[in-house]
Amino acid sequence: MEGSSSNKFSIRRLTGSVTNRFGVTALLALAVLAPFLVQNDYYIQLCTEILIASLLAISLNFLIGYTGLVSLGHAVYLGVGAYAFALLTKNVYPSMWAGLIAAGASCALLAWFMGVFCVRLAGLYFAMLTLAFSQVVYTVAYYWRDVTGGDDGMLGIPKPEIGIPGAFSISLESFTNFYYFVLIIVAALIFLAWKIANSPFGRVLQAIRENPERVEFIGLPVHRYKLYAFIIAGTLGGFAGGLYSTFQGYISPDLLYWTQSGEIVLMTILGGMYSFLGPAFGAGMLLFIRDTVLNFMEYWRIVVGGILVLLVLFLPGGILGFFEGWASRLSIGGNDGDDARS
Amino acid sequence: MELDVSFWLTQFLNGLANAMVLFLIASGLTILLGVLGVLNLAHGSFYMLGAFLIFSSSIIKNPSWFWVGLLFAPLVVAGFGTIIEAFCLRPLYGRERLYTLLLTYGFTLILDDLVLLIWGRDYKSVPIPALFEGRLTIGDFSYPVYFLFIIAVGPLLGVFLWFILNRTNFGKLIRAAATDSEMLDALGVNVNRVFTGVFALGAWLASLGGILAAPMRSVEPGMGVEIIIESFIVVIIGGMGSYLGAFVGAVLIGMLKAFGIEILENFAMIFIYALVLPILILRPRGLFGETTI
Repeated sequence: MEGSSSNKFSIRRLTGSVTNRFGVTALLALAVLAPFLVQNDYYIQLCTEILIASLLAISLNFLIGYTGLVSLGHAVYLGVGAYAFALLTKNVYPSMWAGLIAAGASCALLAWFMGVFCVRLAGLYFAMLTLAFSQVVYTVAYYWRDVTGGDDGMLGIPKPEIGIPGAFSISLESFTNFYYFVLIIVAALIFLAWKIANSPFGRVLQAIRENPERVEFIGLPVHRYKLYAFIIAGTLGGFAGGLYSTFQGYISPDLLYWTQSGEIVLMTILGGMYSFLGPAFGAGMLLFIRDTVLNFMEYWRIVVGGILVLLVLFLPGGILGFFEGWASRLSIGGNDGDDARS
Repeated sequence: MELDVSFWLTQFLNGLANAMVLFLIASGLTILLGVLGVLNLAHGSFYMLGAFLIFSSSIIKNPSWFWVGLLFAPLVVAGFGTIIEAFCLRPLYGRERLYTLLLTYGFTLILDDLVLLIWGRDYKSVPIPALFEGRLTIGDFSYPVYFLFIIAVGPLLGVFLWFILNRTNFGKLIRAAATDSEMLDALGVNVNRVFTGVFALGAWLASLGGILAAPMRSVEPGMGVEIIIESFIVVIIGGMGSYLGAFVGAVLIGMLKAFGIEILENFAMIFIYALVLPILILRPRGLFGETTI
């Protein structure tokens, strides 16, 4: 019953029609114009959150969609990145760049350490070990009051201004400025992720997902490739955590709890793990649904859970995955992805 | 330092009582893993449902409330589990395991909010059933009777489960399905029905755990997602699919928590992870695990 290549979605290439130049340009234009379109501080903040969540979901997809490793502990990077940013900017030096670098670097180190152990396991054992590691970090953050503030969390995380000291500086206190700052960072990192995903290295990861034994036979070090994927995913997740920290201005150990990890997996699957931008789409969907439902009632998880159940049963390729498959069937006559096998 | 016997005995018994509740949840979880290969994230929700249903039956002003609840609530939850398995999980068995994981996560979200919707956000307390009120006193030592009841019920249910698995026809089918469900199917056995039965049995056990735990803990939404982590740890330690392992693992965790708290107050969980991480890394099949999943 282990996931096999007989699954009709698993042999599709990860470059769907949405990642073509026109689609990306349109999406970027939409993102740039968003603050003018919504004209409302509340929705600009929602868009900012969606951008950060998109980066987080795309980072997780390096493991799930590309390498075939289902991690149940990705919230650890959101949390550790957020705490690293908060601790550095509050206690050491209030600099946006230093904070973000601290967030990324701490998660790279953490992912390297965890990855050494995790990548040797497969399937459910991998999921369980990532879950266990993330819960360890959660426990530490929850009880180590002196440093993390315990379950009270940390308040008053700054939004340091950016610029060249003495020459000019840009305040990020306004919602619009901050939105554009996040957009530039997230777009740059997603572009980097896209470059990695479509490099020969990215192809090897997909080969590992399809058939690790065969990759081993070719003579490629599967464990090392998995470790690299693990570190890339963790580092990108850490940047998302750092951005989240400064965005919210408040963090708590809940960011590290296992249900948070489940939510990131949910975003990834909701959009479609076999398309590059699918997870970002899923992140937007989830946050939008939550926001919409919360206007009517507080029980948004019933709605999201119900959607997830229906999706798993009827649309396992995710929403964007479904439309991409549909579009590619129209254009190349239902033969999508078969060439990826030969 | 003076050795305070009655204090340590109390800690020991507390640990044992918690271990028995944990065993009820973990045993179902581990059988599900062994037979269906499903990591059921919603298993903690069944435990939560059991606790909330016994709270509702405790509102009835009749001394028999506990027994009525103990009899019917697990049946309700098991029926619920049957529906989930038959209609949602069954179509997914041929697919990647990620999908079953997601489906059960979806039900975790739904059930958590459903409980909020029906019972509200505030903490509930369930009274101790009349028959087990009071404390047992021997010399200087005194201990609540209800906890002793749980400590006795745990092994009894363990023996009952052992009997089902090893001495009944259904148990034989369960074990056969764990070894090779395709072969069992080829032999003309309705494997789907075995799977449904296993899932219902797991839900029954977990809700029973929730009922027994309700009078000694506060009943609240979110208790399900909390207990599932400890149950996973028990399953990892004992080995996925090993029911004896679940018992040993539960006792180990119960003791580590009871005594760990005395040594390092808030960091008792660290002891547990210190135990579980090396097991996962060095011997992922656990102490008693045979099935490779």
